Amino acid sequence: MKAAVIVFPGLNRDRDMIAALTKIGGEAPAVIWHQDADIPKVDLIVVPGGFSYGDYLRAGAIAARSPLMNIIRERAEQGVRVLGVCNGFQILTEAQLLPGVLMRNASLRFVCREVKLKVENADTDFTRGYQQDQIIRCPVAHHDGNYFADAETLARVEGNGQVAFRYADGTNPNGSINDIAGVFNEQKNVLGLMPHPENLIEAAHGGDDGRGLFSALYQLVA
Amino acid sequence: MKARVTVTLKSGVLDPQGQAIQGSLKSLGFAGIGAVRQGKVFDLDLGESDLPQAEADVRAMCEKLLANTVIENYTIEIAP
Repeated sequence: MKAAVIVFPGLNRDRDMIAALTKIGGEAPAVIWHQDADIPKVDLIVVPGGFSYGDYLRAGAIAARSPLMNIIRERAEQGVRVLGVCNGFQILTEAQLLPGVLMRNASLRFVCREVKLKVENADTDFTRGYQQDQIIRCPVAHHDGNYFADAETLARVEGNGQVAFRYADGTNPNGSINDIAGVFNEQKNVLGLMPHPENLIEAAHGGDDGRGLFSALYQLVA
Repeated sequence: MKARVTVTLKSGVLDPQGQAIQGSLKSLGFAGIGAVRQGKVFDLDLGESDLPQAEADVRAMCEKLLANTVIENYTIEIAP
């Protein structure tokens, strides 16, 4: 499987993502700078975390309007898998590739800790490596992770099985509605989540609960 | 032509920053403070001199970038 990691100015989790993809996939992903004219033909496009454009205006808002995002949107419509982590999730919601919005944490504090996640839908390309309702550990680090959607959108997201992960065991760190930590688009080929699975993939990280997400993707296309 | 865009959170959307400001105002001794909602103001200098066109342009700017209409409303004032 070929992967590409998109880098916008201000992102800082790109190297963690590249390292995780390289270790699990056995091959370094293509790294695409936001001013590059095109994205090579890949099976997975990843928008990593950080603070693109300093979170100016709204987290992810400026990056979501970059020309490269039009290419990502086209690829997503063609069925290419797109993963957004943390700021990448914020960028994908601002680009309306995913429903809802990430608001300031209810505590108003930046949270950097480990949470527990419940796998809400294990029947997708991203989550096949887990059991339905499995509880996994995962680190979070964000200031704007408070997922919100209006009642109508929320009912649709819940009804379509678009909730990927929910904060479990009272570990919701940000006030997200319905404890939502990650959502899919309707076709389930785009996933955004606030937690950082790329930071829990080997013993040196203190566990490998995040590995299943990537290994499932790499098993799709050998 | 100049435009002022005011972006506010839709009613029903939780505003923890507004709540924190409300708490601070109360602690400063301002009595009778009800809800506080925080928003943003943008002042734009426009090259356009036709009023209806300027309004249409600024509306498009709001829809495309200045507001996230999932959670925010906006109002536009245009001055010559």
